[in-house]
Amino acid sequence: MSCDLEQRKIVDEAEAFVNQEIRPYVKCFEENKGIPRELIDKMAAKGYLAAALPKQYGGLELDPVYYGLFTEVFGKACTATRSLITVHTSLVGETLVRFGTEEQKNKWLPRLARGEAIGAFGLSEPDIGSDAKNIKTSWHEEDDCYVINGTKRWITFGHLADLFIIIAANKGRSTAFLVERAFPGFETKQIEGMMAARATCIAELYLNNVRVPKENVLGKINLGFEYIVSTSLDCGRYSIAWAGVAIAQEALEAMVSYSRTRTQFNEKLRSFQLIRGMIGDAVTKTHAARALALKAGELRKQKDPDAVMETTMAKYFASKVAVDVANDALQVHGGNGFLSEYPVERLYREAKVLEVIEGSSQMQQEMISSFGLQRYYKRR
Amino acid sequence: MDCRNEIRKFIMENLSIDEDNVKLGDDDNYFELRFVNSLFAMKLVNFVEQSFEIEIDNDELDLKNFSTINNIMTLIDKKTVNKRN
Repeated sequence: MSCDLEQRKIVDEAEAFVNQEIRPYVKCFEENKGIPRELIDKMAAKGYLAAALPKQYGGLELDPVYYGLFTEVFGKACTATRSLITVHTSLVGETLVRFGTEEQKNKWLPRLARGEAIGAFGLSEPDIGSDAKNIKTSWHEEDDCYVINGTKRWITFGHLADLFIIIAANKGRSTAFLVERAFPGFETKQIEGMMAARATCIAELYLNNVRVPKENVLGKINLGFEYIVSTSLDCGRYSIAWAGVAIAQEALEAMVSYSRTRTQFNEKLRSFQLIRGMIGDAVTKTHAARALALKAGELRKQKDPDAVMETTMAKYFASKVAVDVANDALQVHGGNGFLSEYPVERLYREAKVLEVIEGSSQMQQEMISSFGLQRYYKRR
Repeated sequence: MDCRNEIRKFIMENLSIDEDNVKLGDDDNYFELRFVNSLFAMKLVNFVEQSFEIEIDNDELDLKNFSTINNIMTLIDKKTVNKRN
């Protein structure tokens, strides 16, 4: 792992990259329903598609704390590139590092790092969201392969990706498979009309008798949910925690800047107590969300067993804070906040997604309360 | 705290049980008893790796190895012996 100074430099360079290559073009990405291939190539050339992955596979080997800060840099400016990092690096790359065989890691991780293959994660289905243990996509064994049938939905970057971790079930037990776009019987269709995540190539995946080589099982047969899905979503939740911090921070900066320049009743908005109240709350909530995300990052760095729950809390809280702060930031902007020329219009839309993906806020509350009911029970 | 008690403490803190009087024996399978939520299996592996300074190989990621306190002890003993040798 690199030292703090090296990692700080990578994050600072990433911020300069984002400000030059991404921030000015975010509206275009939404209008074009995707990010340009040249941008993905530029991100890959800088190592940004593998920031958390080991150097031996072409990654930058940022530790969890700096990887969080790195994710924030992208998340402040652009949901699409931050989402690419979330699914490609966190859900697919980090899961492959943890559970891939040497052959799978050597084959895919360098290609993911170089951007020669884009990764996506296929769990959700048209009829299955939170109830992920009951997925309908099925697999069965034939002599030389496994055959998968089913439909996946809401797959971020699904319309662009080349490599998919697909979760499929057999007799109530799930297994993770590495499925390549090129496999016969595999098709994708971009989902249109989204309120947010418009440039994330979100797609429905169709698997019609897709024959997957036996060596493409990720982890062990029938333990897909317990280990692969849990780990992937844990990595994803950590990324989303920082996405929440990012949106809250960006919305806070927009709110403060607008309140210092906009005049009403011959006074700057910042002079009005009700506006100052919103700013005070936004600062406090954003700092609190960042503190939780940093705590989760530190525990992940130490591989502490409590890291999973702290990550869950960080994701739950930061996504809620992103919604709250973006909401107040738009309120401060008044009518102007509805115009796409102001960033709060986008932030308001994008914040809400965070309360739904990688486990809804209600699922997080369920897990956190379950944890709290054991941890904080003082038996008399 | 010895290994067994350390494992027991972690498991009891991470089971999803609302009843107060549930006792967990060293051979009770908490997965079959449905005392666990979706995060438990992963948390348990992380705990074993961190607390006992061992690395669980993919082949060992079988619920059987983690399903009871005794099975976890057996796995840790095996890994520790291998590490010493």
